[in-house]
Amino acid sequence: MSDATTQPRSNTSAGTISGATIRADEAAHFGKLAKDWWDPKGSSAMLHRLNPVRLQFLREAIDLHWACDIEARRPLAGKSALDVGCGAGLLCEPLARLGADVTGVDAAPENAAAAAVHAEGAGFDIRYIAGEVGALDLGTFDLVTAMEVIEHVADKRAFVAALAARLAPGGLMVLSTPNRTPQSRLLMIGAAEGVGLIPRGTHHWDDFITPEELDALLDEAGLDMGEPRGIGFSPAKGLHLSDNLALNYIVTARAR
Amino acid sequence: MTDKRDLLILGGGLVGMTLALAAAKKGLSSHLVDRADPASLTADGFDGRASAISTASWRLFRHVGLEETLEPHGCDIAAIAVLDQMKRGRLDFRPEPHEGTLGRMFANRQLRLALHEAAKKEPLISWHAPVEVLSRDRSEFGVSATLGDGTVLEAALMIGAEGRGSPSREEAGFKMASWDYSHRAMITGLDHSKSHENIAWEIFYPDGPFALLPMLDGPDGQHRSALVWTVDEKDAAGVLKLSDRAFLAEVHKRMGDLLGELTLNSSRSSYPLSFQHTAKIVEHRLALVGDSAHGMHPIAGQGLNLGLRDVGALVEVLDEALRLGLDLGDAQVLAKYEKWRALDSLMVMGATDSLTRIFGIPGKTASAVRRLGMAGIQRTSWLKAFFMNEARGVSGDLPELLKA
Repeated sequence: MSDATTQPRSNTSAGTISGATIRADEAAHFGKLAKDWWDPKGSSAMLHRLNPVRLQFLREAIDLHWACDIEARRPLAGKSALDVGCGAGLLCEPLARLGADVTGVDAAPENAAAAAVHAEGAGFDIRYIAGEVGALDLGTFDLVTAMEVIEHVADKRAFVAALAARLAPGGLMVLSTPNRTPQSRLLMIGAAEGVGLIPRGTHHWDDFITPEELDALLDEAGLDMGEPRGIGFSPAKGLHLSDNLALNYIVTARAR
Repeated sequence: MTDKRDLLILGGGLVGMTLALAAAKKGLSSHLVDRADPASLTADGFDGRASAISTASWRLFRHVGLEETLEPHGCDIAAIAVLDQMKRGRLDFRPEPHEGTLGRMFANRQLRLALHEAAKKEPLISWHAPVEVLSRDRSEFGVSATLGDGTVLEAALMIGAEGRGSPSREEAGFKMASWDYSHRAMITGLDHSKSHENIAWEIFYPDGPFALLPMLDGPDGQHRSALVWTVDEKDAAGVLKLSDRAFLAEVHKRMGDLLGELTLNSSRSSYPLSFQHTAKIVEHRLALVGDSAHGMHPIAGQGLNLGLRDVGALVEVLDEALRLGLDLGDAQVLAKYEKWRALDSLMVMGATDSLTRIFGIPGKTASAVRRLGMAGIQRTSWLKAFFMNEARGVSGDLPELLKA
């Protein structure tokens, strides 16, 4: 379950990527990559299933934070959003539909390029940038998201600080990540990767972070963490928001 | 510059058009395409078909703003009486006064008139009819249809609402469980001298059910009912050839003096009956609604109601997709619709199909068993409540649009 392959490196080459500036021979390659990312039955199948669940949490958080009409079609109109570890844009495109001016960042240039190719086809004006969020001069954003990313990052403190620096005054941050529990070890690595629901080697359990640890990191960065919600799985309901944080959780943060 | 919309609805029948209207109420724009000329569909005497609108379906019409237009044209069904041929022993479904009616009968023509009028006024609906669809395309980022006049219509999601022979379903390659009842329904409107007292009659013959559905009185106070008479396919040609007078004599043989003297008040039409069901009702950027997904025997009047439940569920799922910023063609969104509808349609269809089969077995013993069974149902109140709730369409997990 990975939107990103963010690894802290210095001197990452960075640059804005758009569908139009990619060379034709490369476009075909990135198009293929994007197709796989966006194939609901492809290797990102679990992310596709996760998407409505995390968007449900995100929508509630947006409505509460900015006191939006819950029926509004474009609650993020006039607002800027940054998705860190954007992959091929599975979250960026919904944010754009909700009205936001969206920037997606991914450490893997291939992902950012694939995202740009897909956005162009779908008719979205989204800015995709390859690079490290900490090393890029991006300005600040009303909404900052990093979904299923922090578990892949080695220096979590620096990563959280970089996210906090991108948050505009009065802004909202939303993070999701697997919890470090025996259940997540058994289900996400043992079972899900074992049967191929999640590509093998996606996760390293030791790198997972508990809600308490995340709270402490956010606190250091001057942010208050909201009440975390679990993302659970049951055969009947599939993935769903739950009170059980054992597997995966999603949480808001805002500046004090 | 093409006019890309949210939905491309293929088929502008009762279900397709209600979908376009219900979607528009949620802010979803649509192209609505139908091959038939709207004017001929609403012409007087186009067909004598009528529909039982369940309580749940009525709520959907209310949500899309048709209540006022339709209210004066509906005839309440106060009770359903079931007979095994014209033999003794009768099964009555009559709700208590506080439980409300079992549904209302409408001439399909009145439903069409109300829907057409509302669709014309709705700016979010772009209505293309009469026109043929030459080709359909579902690609990565959207869907399109090329029309007979060369127009290309684009949208995010294609909806197959063309009815039983749905070309969009055929193209998607869905496998249908289907069988032919090898029966044909004869449909016409009757005037009769006695009042129907708002009772719907289902008289079961080995050939199939003979149903009389109460309609509003005619302009000169004539009492009226709609007739749905199922005959074996091998006898159908003969029945179709009968003169009106001989046809009425055959009808009278089957219902006796239940409603007094009979005359025809519409042209006679006939429809072959079959059972169709597909477990898969969605594909890449395609969702099926109504008879495209499930054709059924009209025995219990549930076909249209089932289609309207599809509409309620699909619109609710799409509305949620809009709230979350998801693509309307998103596979997870469509999977939710499919999962929601699968159980409900199979349950209603299974019940209807077994009803047809139970009453389709000829012979005295079978008839006695049937009457015994009917007496059993008559005595068991929870079973009656179940049947009445099914008729009203209020059991199961209802979409918001079909709730009060």
